[in-house]
Amino acid sequence: MRANGDRMMKPARPVGIVGYGAYVPRYRLPGTEISRLWTGGTEPPPVREKAVPGLDEDVVTMSIEAARNALARAGIPANRLRAVWVGSESHPYAVKPSATIVAEAIGATPYVQAGDWEFACKAGTEAMQAAIGLVGSRMADYAMAIGMDTAQGRPGDALEYTAGAGGAAFVLGPAEESLAIIEGSLSYVTDTPDFWRRAHARYPEHGGRFTGEPAYFHHIVEAARQLMEALGTRPEDYTYAVFHQPNVKFPQKAAKTLGFRPEQIQTGLLVDEIGNTYAGSCLIGLTAILDEAQPGDRILAVSFGSGAGSDAFSLVVTEAVLERRDRAPRTRDYIARRVVIDYATYARYRKKIVLDTAA
Amino acid sequence: MHPARAWRGRSQRYRLEGEICEGCGARLFPPRDICPECQRPARTPYPLSGRGEVYSYTVVYEPPAGYEEQAPYIVALIKLEEGPLISAMLTDVEPEEVYIGMPVEMVTRVLHRQGERGVIAYGYKFRPVLRRMATMPAQPATVTA
Repeated sequence: MRANGDRMMKPARPVGIVGYGAYVPRYRLPGTEISRLWTGGTEPPPVREKAVPGLDEDVVTMSIEAARNALARAGIPANRLRAVWVGSESHPYAVKPSATIVAEAIGATPYVQAGDWEFACKAGTEAMQAAIGLVGSRMADYAMAIGMDTAQGRPGDALEYTAGAGGAAFVLGPAEESLAIIEGSLSYVTDTPDFWRRAHARYPEHGGRFTGEPAYFHHIVEAARQLMEALGTRPEDYTYAVFHQPNVKFPQKAAKTLGFRPEQIQTGLLVDEIGNTYAGSCLIGLTAILDEAQPGDRILAVSFGSGAGSDAFSLVVTEAVLERRDRAPRTRDYIARRVVIDYATYARYRKKIVLDTAA
Repeated sequence: MHPARAWRGRSQRYRLEGEICEGCGARLFPPRDICPECQRPARTPYPLSGRGEVYSYTVVYEPPAGYEEQAPYIVALIKLEEGPLISAMLTDVEPEEVYIGMPVEMVTRVLHRQGERGVIAYGYKFRPVLRRMATMPAQPATVTA
């Protein structure tokens, strides 16, 4: 065994993605609308536009739609799921699981694990690692992991340009039924306070430039490098790679550092069109790749969550993807569904205007 | 809405679960346990597809308490493909875009929130059928994984 072989995680029973589904709300706020309001239009926005949820949407409703899409592709009844796990940093309740509502809505209750995961932007891949373990240990045949967010950004803060909405759901199951087999995964975690939100705070705080090198780049690059080393793979072995996308530049730089070419990350790089979807970011990029990938293609997916850590996954696409991908809307169908709004509408939709209609 | 009331109706409101009459095959929504067609017991749960079309609609500008934040909104009668006619809010569509006969599909959304502290009520709404992009690039020759 290689020196770091045991750093990689690989279940006793081979596991893969049996079904996947994405969701992006239809509203878009252009970055120029934010800079018009707060900087007089002088600041070039870090992303062209971001997705904004409607008044009747939250992490629960968005997760339900992504979960229904994932189940449609998996072709299994919901009551065969033994876990429904929702990773997010915008759960609508502080106490009361999002996952029970999602599980009930898709028909997975009552013989199911349900819980909410929190690890900033990597809560979704954290749930995915656990789902791989649950299926890989034969405790369950199928488990659902969701990464979904309606990200918060303080008005006028740098994060307001990018804090978007969207995410993805995955049904993990036996490798022989999978549309993409997981070759191995690796988690890399340290205590790095680059971004946080205290219990009753409305908006998060961040460490400015500190969020770059010691946080995002260190964890992403280490997780990816260590996983590839353990698997004996190199960047050129991958058709696609997708990294957490807080903006356009960070994943581009991480890819370059690791030795990936721009065309390898192009398909999964959605941040310029939908913003940073936090716990959904790397995962929805992965769905866009699965929408286009061919059997035999290898994919590297690496998340990043502040606080901080990265989960890296190496996947190989199978024949099953060709038949299953059109059982549900593709990620690009949701991105193409686009209604541009102004800052005033955004302020209303994101409840930045206090109506005080509470009973 | 009292949490108990929302809880009792969760199957029908979250996922449009109706009933089927084992006697005459009628699909019922909302569930009512007795078939209105043949008056026999009808208690078998039946998941409705969620597909249908707008039968009629109106725009609500003066909402009841609890719905203020969403006004103006559209309430429609939806003719489900299985037969039942139900009333529901439309979402992800502007009033000027709606027409009678518009194909719609069910989505689960927030119906109303009881301020900052109350329970959040989720349930079915309908939206125009999501448009699929025409075609993707042609598939190359099969490759074995």
